[in-house]
Amino acid sequence: MSGKEYRTITDVKGPLVFLNKTEPVAFGEIVTLRLSNGTIKNGQVLDTSDDLVIVQVFEGTAKIDRESGVTFMGDVFKLPVSTELVGRILDGAGRPRDGGPQIVADEKADIIGAAINPYSRQSPHDFIQTGISAIDCCTTLVRGQKLPIFSASGLPHNDIALQIARQAKLKGSDEEFIVVFCAMGITAEEYNFFRSDLERTGALENAVLFVNLADDPAVERIITPRLALTAAEYLAFEKDYHVLVIYTDMTNYCDALRQIGAAREEVPGRRGYPGYMYTDLAMLYERAGIVKGKKGSITQFPILTMPGDDITHPIPDLSGYITEGQIVISRELHQQGIYPPINVLPSLSRLMGSCIGEKTTREDHKSVSDQMYAAYAQGRELRGLVAIVGEDALNERDKQLLDFSGVFEDKFLRQTRDEDRSIEETLDLCWSLMSSIDTKYLVRLDQKWIEKYHPENKE
Amino acid sequence: MSNEGVIYRISGPVVTATGMNAAMYDVVRVGEEGLMGEVIELHGDKAVIQVYEDTSGIRPGEPVLNTEETLSVSLGPGLLTQIYDGIQRPLATLEEVMGVFITRGVDADAFDLEKIWKFEAVVAKGDTVESGQVIGNVQETETIVHKIMVPPGMHGKVKSIKSGEFNVTQTVCVLDDGSELQMMQKWPVRTPRPYRQKYAPDTPLVTGMRILDFLFPLAKGGAAGIPGPFGSGKTVTQQSLAKYSDAQLVVYIGCGERGNEMTEVLDEFPHLIDPNTGKPLMERTVMIANTSNTPVAAREASVYTGITIAEYFRDMGYDVALMADSTSRWAEAMREISSRLEEMPGEEGYPAYLSSRIAEFYERAGRVETLNGDDGSVTVIGAVSPPGGDISEPVSQGTLRIVKVFWGLDAGLARQRHFPAINWLNSYSLYPQSLDQWFRDNIAQDFPEVRTQISGLLQVEAELQEIVQLVGSDALPVDQQLTLEVARMIREFFLQQNGFHEVDAYCDIHLQYKMAKAILSFQDAAKSAMANGGQLNDVVNVPARTDLMRGRFEKGYIDTIEGMVKSMNEEIADTVEEN
Repeated sequence: MSGKEYRTITDVKGPLVFLNKTEPVAFGEIVTLRLSNGTIKNGQVLDTSDDLVIVQVFEGTAKIDRESGVTFMGDVFKLPVSTELVGRILDGAGRPRDGGPQIVADEKADIIGAAINPYSRQSPHDFIQTGISAIDCCTTLVRGQKLPIFSASGLPHNDIALQIARQAKLKGSDEEFIVVFCAMGITAEEYNFFRSDLERTGALENAVLFVNLADDPAVERIITPRLALTAAEYLAFEKDYHVLVIYTDMTNYCDALRQIGAAREEVPGRRGYPGYMYTDLAMLYERAGIVKGKKGSITQFPILTMPGDDITHPIPDLSGYITEGQIVISRELHQQGIYPPINVLPSLSRLMGSCIGEKTTREDHKSVSDQMYAAYAQGRELRGLVAIVGEDALNERDKQLLDFSGVFEDKFLRQTRDEDRSIEETLDLCWSLMSSIDTKYLVRLDQKWIEKYHPENKE
Repeated sequence: MSNEGVIYRISGPVVTATGMNAAMYDVVRVGEEGLMGEVIELHGDKAVIQVYEDTSGIRPGEPVLNTEETLSVSLGPGLLTQIYDGIQRPLATLEEVMGVFITRGVDADAFDLEKIWKFEAVVAKGDTVESGQVIGNVQETETIVHKIMVPPGMHGKVKSIKSGEFNVTQTVCVLDDGSELQMMQKWPVRTPRPYRQKYAPDTPLVTGMRILDFLFPLAKGGAAGIPGPFGSGKTVTQQSLAKYSDAQLVVYIGCGERGNEMTEVLDEFPHLIDPNTGKPLMERTVMIANTSNTPVAAREASVYTGITIAEYFRDMGYDVALMADSTSRWAEAMREISSRLEEMPGEEGYPAYLSSRIAEFYERAGRVETLNGDDGSVTVIGAVSPPGGDISEPVSQGTLRIVKVFWGLDAGLARQRHFPAINWLNSYSLYPQSLDQWFRDNIAQDFPEVRTQISGLLQVEAELQEIVQLVGSDALPVDQQLTLEVARMIREFFLQQNGFHEVDAYCDIHLQYKMAKAILSFQDAAKSAMANGGQLNDVVNVPARTDLMRGRFEKGYIDTIEGMVKSMNEEIADTVEEN
């Protein structure tokens, strides 16, 4: 039914175009708009009935008037996929941005993506070593996991994401990840930083970039991550690759969602974000995982900047309910000059339990991680107390814990941007740092690990 | 008008059809693919339908067919061990039919209609049977006898009945009015199944989790809410309850939760052994798995599907526990549909009927006298995921108004890796009064008093901690320092429990009592030692106390604990002589 051009636009409002029409149009159908000056724009049907069709225009509605022609393409949005995607840079709507040729499609994949049957999923259990001690030890990343970085403006989340992309590998294997990078509303400067880093390390050849920059239409951001995930699913589940999807910045995505909701005069939920934002985000995040009988996997690293550093803001909050943990970047640590400034206390990896231990990392990993965490948490708490009563009022145990919290930040967290620590190095480092605390206070360590790994007993 | 209409409008999961004879909550088939939906609003000849599957690509003008039935579940032998989606389609069958991704337009029977079951009649020809009366038994799994009941609303004299091997759709019994009874029956999910009367609960649901059983017990037939921010351990708590609680049957609803976590449950459960019967846990379990990215309407229906199945087993006289994780996702599904319907919103965009829906749902819990005079119960434990952990939001508040047990999860405790991260200061249970008699009769005469002492110590600790925050613990008098030490023992030894440890994950209620007594015993021994000149530091650090505390990770602790307490007390007494 494509080909027929309607000139029945009645209203244009924000990113939405309303038109009357005669023939039935499918929900979700792709639309092409031809402006009087010849420009072509694309959109998608948001609401359809016999009387009225609402189209959401991806490129913004500038210059659209009632004379513009609207053609319904007879199909929902699909991305042409093939392994040719690897090494390419595409724009936010999936068109080449690197001056290269159009993608020759092996097939066209629906970008909405169906839900994976939970019965057909395989539980993730392969340890990914990122080379960053704080992550490997305390919030271990698992292949097939979705682990967002909760950051805020002005913090080095991009460096951390890139370091992970560079260093991530399965322990004891050289298998590389394909990186699918999805930029939503980031600045050209940030984009260049990502691209040049990927180029410098040669990772660009193994990457697919979908780029929607800050000056690109906001509405396009709604489909950019869906394109990226469709490409990722194709590469993972059809072509057996292990895919690492990094998207930045989810906050811009959610703001675009809010923009459309407002234009549709929907009843807003918290802070003006639409009530269906949870479902919408879930439809992105849940496209991570491993499927029985397929070799590939999708691991997701969404980056979001918390407005006002507020973790209870709807964007980090809803994300936290869907993702399998979070890595929280701390402004306080950053200001102390510590990189990576990961605050391990609110950070969490829900799948960690399934991937650490004797067979995958090391037998003492769980104990060590619990003890490091507990000691640091207590040490941090004591800092508040010391500010009031002074260090002299502390007993011996508290003094040791207080000192430990400083060492933890300085020696354990701090590492350089290209320092790639193996999990053994990380765990040994933990033991050597913990030896500053009297063994009798290390209640979370199993006696047998103390005998085997404690520096006192090693010599 | 006929039962067939055409689509007029599509807006996400909400479709409007015209020209169709429809009643509220009729199930309809939408579009050429026959997507399942439910009528939720009528305007003149327009019927508004919520569709349980993705509506992309559907056009106005496509047909809509009214089945003229309300959304129902199939009930009968074959339910147990199943894993369903929100509208009772078995996930395993869906995988066979459509592969790893859930596409749409596929219908699947809730269980195998062809499977032959051995039916043993328990009534005879000529007997008069009432609604709900058991007419025969099927040994469905090793532990569970599936009782075949006369569907509510039917009764009469048995004209013929036969034992033997049948599938669920074959007639096993005929009544004198000619109605034929099969082993399978259907029941509309939004209507509670009838019962004779509700009783006050008097038996605890023993969960094996110390903080729950001991401090905040839940009764069989009661309702509990577990609110908590993300990462505070709601799902782990719910799963522990599903694994270890002493209900005879468990219905677990994963509502709008993470796919990977759901898979973990699906992988793990078939390998778990029920500590109460020694049989595989799956044999007493029905699961409903509805992940966060599946269509919202199916999520909205999933809790009703689950509770109807629970009620059906209750009617057989079983104690059923239902876990819903998380009811917030269910409420959000209601909100999403409500906003598509352009209804006037109540608080935070939720529909105005939110709290009454929540209340109706929890009211389906209860201990009842069933239609056949038996005694059965449904216990409902609902997780709530308040945004930002702030329980002043409508879903938490709607839940707290109706449940009698509140297990408040605390992000701060989770951050200290204190699990289960249930805050002992703000949690509550309103059941102790009605359950104390049971505890006295079955565990120990002084059980309620021991509980009061333990919770009193925690209360005192909270007050002392405020002072410690200001001046440090060394500034307190020694007896208060001892109280802090005892309270710390309660927290670290008693309240903390490792849900993943093979021994510690489940704690027998008798052992819970002994552990609590051990703590009080330490307090007494320490007090008397210190009165005779013993030093707090020595008393606290006696090796036997460490042994006692580590002992809970060893098997057979219930037998050894008393000996350990004795040696601890002796060592504490010895500290006096040393000085």
